[in-house]
Amino acid sequence: MTKEFKRPDGREIDELRKMKAEVGVVPNADGSAMFSFGDTVAIAAVYGPKEMHPQHQQNPEKGVLRCNYNMMSFSVTDRIKPGMSRRSQEISKITEWALKPIVMIDEYPSTVVDVHINIIQADASTRCAGINAAALALAHAGIPMKNLVSSVSIGKLDKQLVVDVNKSEEDWEEGEGATDIPITMTPDGKITHIQLDGKISSKQLKEAVELARKATQKIYEVQKKALKDGVK
Amino acid sequence: METLELTKNRIRQYISVGKRFDGRKYDEFRKIEIETGISKKAEGSARVKLGKTDVIVGIKMGVDEPYPDSQDEGNLMVTAELLPLSSDRYELGPPRIESIELARIIDRGIRESKFIDMKKLCIKEGEKVWTVFIDIYSINSDGNLIDAAAIAALIALKNSKMPKYDKKEEKVLYGEWTNDSLPLRKDIPIPCTIYKIGKSFVVDPNLEEEDSSETRVTVSISNNDTIHALQKGEEKELSIEEFEEVLNLAEKNYKQLFPVIEKHMK
Repeated sequence: MTKEFKRPDGREIDELRKMKAEVGVVPNADGSAMFSFGDTVAIAAVYGPKEMHPQHQQNPEKGVLRCNYNMMSFSVTDRIKPGMSRRSQEISKITEWALKPIVMIDEYPSTVVDVHINIIQADASTRCAGINAAALALAHAGIPMKNLVSSVSIGKLDKQLVVDVNKSEEDWEEGEGATDIPITMTPDGKITHIQLDGKISSKQLKEAVELARKATQKIYEVQKKALKDGVK
Repeated sequence: METLELTKNRIRQYISVGKRFDGRKYDEFRKIEIETGISKKAEGSARVKLGKTDVIVGIKMGVDEPYPDSQDEGNLMVTAELLPLSSDRYELGPPRIESIELARIIDRGIRESKFIDMKKLCIKEGEKVWTVFIDIYSINSDGNLIDAAAIAALIALKNSKMPKYDKKEEKVLYGEWTNDSLPLRKDIPIPCTIYKIGKSFVVDPNLEEEDSSETRVTVSISNNDTIHALQKGEEKELSIEEFEEVLNLAEKNYKQLFPVIEKHMK
């Protein structure tokens, strides 16, 4: 069946949508970036390290990374009420955990690094685009980092694994339907974030991780280029 | 970061002799950049940059019951989010007074000028009408968000398409659009905010200049000299002579902005 499988937009199964990345899109911020997969567009801005307010959230032993993900009301066809939803709060936390392993802010006690992520236009994989933008913005801000992270959503449409899921794929209904697996990795293959919704065998999940490893390498190259272009 | 008192005083000194830090004249805008089609999922959207100030506005439509006092008219809802992404001065949480005031100023300019023909947004009198949501987001806050947001709102409205509506099921078919534009009138309510710095007046201040200002007046003008909405903001008083000067400047400002905005209104 794999031979006959056609993705709605005609992409190869391991083909990412066209990516764009740019740093410095928010001049006020200490660091900022835009990252897009096709019609999914995320921007991220970093402020800090700065003194943590409210004071009781300060950690006198090390710096704190604080992420905030949200979607613009008109980024989707059904308007979202402005403000934080339960979904956006969870994704904010997931994003924080995805970035934490690479960010070296232990040396900045009592401070916070704020990462603000906004989705301007959504065509699925928004958290992945957000994490990619956030990693870039942190690097652009000059925050000490061990490495970058790159994030991609692996999908299982009926029985077929695909890379970088768009909205029409996310809503796949034929056969076993859609399984969505967003994964974030460092360039050396460490997983800093993985989620899954749907139905998949553990064998196929291992294949999905392998696909993610290859896809994140490609994303990493795009991110690196954006950082280099940013200092030209 | 807050602007230092020293800087503010120097700005006031400069402006009192007709000079601005960035070399602009008192009535000169920063470079205006306009982009449309920012989100394909919106009915319409626009991004406006005034120098480093950067604002995105998106339009969404919904179907609701009409308000009791306008049974045969559509509804208008304007919100503004001053994103913490756009400045270290903004914090997360429920909208604060700055963003509420911003949204309300934009709302009144559009509402009072009747720029949107609300009667044409009635689906069934007393039962179903369209609601137009205008949502404003700051991307980079560097002064004069009011004018940037108002310009973006006008252009986003102009490039909006009506979503499809299933009359039988009485629901909006989100993600499908008709070829119809929103019912807009010819006269465009152009926003003109005049800031008083020291004893002088300027337009389109950057953040440091806005911080040095103690009074501002926003005037929405259409058709050269018809005023639809006006609001004086901030703490200092204005003499009648000064107020008249503000109106004259606002009219001048209208003439400057009108061609720029009109270009995107066709």
